[in-house]
Amino acid sequence: MSWLFWAVLLMIAVWLIWTYNGLVAIRHQIENAWKQIDVQLKRRYDLIPNLVETVKGYMQHEQDTLQKVIDARSRAMASTGVKENAEAQTALTQSLGQIFALMENYPDLKANQNVLRLQEELTTTENQIAFARQYYNDLVMRYNMKQEVFPSNVIAGFFRFQPGEFFSVPEAERAVPRVSLKLSLLV
Amino acid sequence: MFCFLLFFFLIGLSIDYLYLDAFTARGPSVPIATVIALGLSATLAYTGYRQGSKLILSSVGAEPLDIQIPEHRELHNVVTEMALASGCRMPKVYVTYDPAPNAFATGRDQESAAICVTTGLLTLLGREETQGVVAHEMAHIKNNDTLVMLLISVLLGGVVLLSDWAQRSIFGARPLRRPSGQALLAIPALLLIVISPLISRLLAMAVSRQREYLADATAVEFTRNPRGLAMALEKIRDAGMPFQKATRGTAHLFFINPLRRRLDGSDGKLADLLSSHPPINRRIMLLYQMGALPRSAAQFGFEAIDVQGAR
Repeated sequence: MSWLFWAVLLMIAVWLIWTYNGLVAIRHQIENAWKQIDVQLKRRYDLIPNLVETVKGYMQHEQDTLQKVIDARSRAMASTGVKENAEAQTALTQSLGQIFALMENYPDLKANQNVLRLQEELTTTENQIAFARQYYNDLVMRYNMKQEVFPSNVIAGFFRFQPGEFFSVPEAERAVPRVSLKLSLLV
Repeated sequence: MFCFLLFFFLIGLSIDYLYLDAFTARGPSVPIATVIALGLSATLAYTGYRQGSKLILSSVGAEPLDIQIPEHRELHNVVTEMALASGCRMPKVYVTYDPAPNAFATGRDQESAAICVTTGLLTLLGREETQGVVAHEMAHIKNNDTLVMLLISVLLGGVVLLSDWAQRSIFGARPLRRPSGQALLAIPALLLIVISPLISRLLAMAVSRQREYLADATAVEFTRNPRGLAMALEKIRDAGMPFQKATRGTAHLFFINPLRRRLDGSDGKLADLLSSHPPINRRIMLLYQMGALPRSAAQFGFEAIDVQGAR
């Protein structure tokens, strides 16, 4: 009978190590994913002055919008704290979107290879930021779920694993679709 | 995978039985052909594992990206985005100069993974749609389909080769010198040699079809945008061009069936059984379902809440 006891004990030990290592691995993946987002944000800071410089000559009438982008960029770079930073980043995303929309009015710009190249670089950076955040949130969800579902929550509780923090979309970005809903209600 | 190894084993046994008089007093003590067949399959599987992706890439004439060309740069960026979304490493990216819109992924693991896209696909599709296609290929890499498909394509080739060889040598074989009582097993053994390539091909097709559905679903998980992939499928279906450099051995690697037999458009049981890819219309329909259901539900939910608030 004793061999059965030892076998069960061994299995429990293996499972314990397995689950603990799994949790630690996800924690490191989350940290890495967060760093990835920072890399993309940094790239965006570097690209924006280039775009503004190139576009300035063509878009004489849009100096206000261009200035807004520059301001949003410096505010985002200066911001501290997760919430403030998230809001500043959203403002920057929106002002960039405005520039892209305005660029449609300038056929000369569409012919400029340099501008097209910068536009593509910024588009991909925007997408990369979005996808990196999405992946980060997926990981956090998996991490938190592991800490709460039954067998693994025992280990997570014993070793004091803290739940990960989601990257949530700030209020400003969420408010956008509501406008269209109000309109549809009036009709 | 085990089925393929079983086929190798059975074909070897049949050859032993029919030609070499094994399992009788006169025959050799060791079933030689069985050993050879198993050895061949192991060698093939190992070569496939080490060299397969290189062979496949060179067989379709894949070339590395030229970062100066805007379209190539866009493709590179899109792949970077999808690598971030899937959490995989950045795969190597190749293009092949062919007007037919298609794409495939290969490689034995995430480190050696490669994605190859035709120039036809780059010119036909917009950014959003290319993203859907690349997400689909990235899903193949993430789900380890590329390894499974690699081994299957190598082993399928092996079964066909072995069976061909066995069939040819029937005509040159010496007359069977065996008592009539033992001829009972000769017919099943012959049948096996003739049928096994067919069955193993059907198996490969079945595996491939399931993997395509799964990759479509995973791709949507990456992009959160089923519309891009659905529109890409629609455009490619309407373009309707076969990819010249694909063969029957590599057909199941691709984004859509590169051979495009007419069966693919239809939905019948026979078409399902014989094709390496699910019917393209069904794929599109499933994607639209994924996209439409939550969106419309959310819309209705919001409106209901707003109406109640107004009262």
